[in-house]
Amino acid sequence: MTVLRTLNLVRIYQNGGVPVPAVRGVDFAVEAGEFVAIMGPSGSGKSTLVHMLGGLDVRTSGEIWLDGKRVDTLSESAWAVLRRKKIGFVFQFYNLVTNMTVADNVELPALLAGMSPREARERREYLLGELSLTERAFAAPAELSGGEQQRVALARALANGPRLLLADEPTGNLDSRNTRDVLKLLGEVHRQGQTVVVVTHDAKVASKADRVVTLADGMIVDDASMRRRRLPPGTAGDVVELRG
Amino acid sequence: MHVMHSANVDVNRQFGNGGGRVRLPLLALLAKEPAHGYELKQALEQTFGSAYPSPNIGQIYVTLGRLEKDGLVRAVDVEQSNRPNKKVYYLTADGREALETWVDEPTEGPRVRDEFFMKLVLAPLTGIADRMALINRQRRHYLSLMRDLTELAERTDPGDRVALLLIEGATLHLQADLDWLERCQEDLVT
Ligand SMILES: Nc1ncnc2c1ncn2[C@@H]1O[C@H](COP(=O)(O)OP(=O)(O)OP(=O)(O)O)[C@@H](O)[C@H]1O
Ligand SMILES: [Mg+2]
Repeated sequence: MTVLRTLNLVRIYQNGGVPVPAVRGVDFAVEAGEFVAIMGPSGSGKSTLVHMLGGLDVRTSGEIWLDGKRVDTLSESAWAVLRRKKIGFVFQFYNLVTNMTVADNVELPALLAGMSPREARERREYLLGELSLTERAFAAPAELSGGEQQRVALARALANGPRLLLADEPTGNLDSRNTRDVLKLLGEVHRQGQTVVVVTHDAKVASKADRVVTLADGMIVDDASMRRRRLPPGTAGDVVELRG
Repeated sequence: MHVMHSANVDVNRQFGNGGGRVRLPLLALLAKEPAHGYELKQALEQTFGSAYPSPNIGQIYVTLGRLEKDGLVRAVDVEQSNRPNKKVYYLTADGREALETWVDEPTEGPRVRDEFFMKLVLAPLTGIADRMALINRQRRHYLSLMRDLTELAERTDPGDRVALLLIEGATLHLQADLDWLERCQEDLVT
């Protein structure tokens, strides 16, 4: 089943009267349960694309379909409802609510989606635990490092158990240990059937995906399905052996 | 051809399976204490964990023989009751010097992936493939290597720190290769 589809999607910004085409005709479909990575140089339109997919930016032309319904024509409030129920969004620059604790930031979307306070708390405890953030639960976002805020943003996006997770550079500020936590969690929600679309420069993240879509200049220049190859059982010694 | 090459240039240069390259690790182990061949094999396995494919004992004896001929180690026969004598090796002054030289000299970094770059630069002349197609193919290749490394890391015992560091190194090199590919795409494909 196709969860998400775009038809000739275009976004042109106006920059002091000069048109800046950020996304230039993207046709792309994501199947239920798929894990798709979007890569491409800085400025190639990755954030613009996922923002439109999450209803956080308006298209200039083209269509967006979510679960078989056309959504690019929806009002802002209708999008808000959709996000509350179906979509988790991780912003490249976090966007945490600054005057709420980490715990409240994560629980809020779960409550808005209709979970009971107890369920919301349990979900929050689970997510913060998976991301090694349990100790920071009652801190304010401003007291966190960039990498911690980024992980809170991921926990928040997953709080309501969304069918579709859209994540913009979820490991952009993380060291390799924290990246591993994030990858583990993404792998887990993916295995539970969640559809994941993640914008990333990090090849480790991309290597977890079923498909890697590459953007350049606002257009898709490559769409590679990463079929699993069967590896012979091996050890790290193979890193030495696999050459030549 | 280039599979995981960049990450392993050094490893291969020093430990390569071609025979002669177990030399320096053996000298290093003997700098700690004299040992016989089998003890050296075990010590190598213990030190490197799965990061180093364990050499066979024959290879170790051949190498020790060569080191002895070159005057870098010497062997003494130690008598054992009920069993043939065993040869215990120890480091000579020359051996220590060779080891110090190796430790002190800077180690060559990974080579630039010049062959792919040649293809990329020459592509418009050959007309066989355009640059975007070459870059896309190469990116897919790197990504599938990255997937192999990720899976390897997941299969590796978390306590095997040396092995995990080796994999991490290969991963970082591969990330650099991918970033560079992106630069090629920006600058050469218009
Ligand atoms: N609000 C805006 N107004 C004008 N131009 C914009 C706006 N947002 C983005 N752009 C431009 O659109 C293009 C695509 O930007 P976008 O943020 O989507 O790139 P990106 O691929 O996410 O880059 P990065 O990897 O650096 O995050 C860029 O040229 C950018 O300058
Ligand atoms: Mg961006």
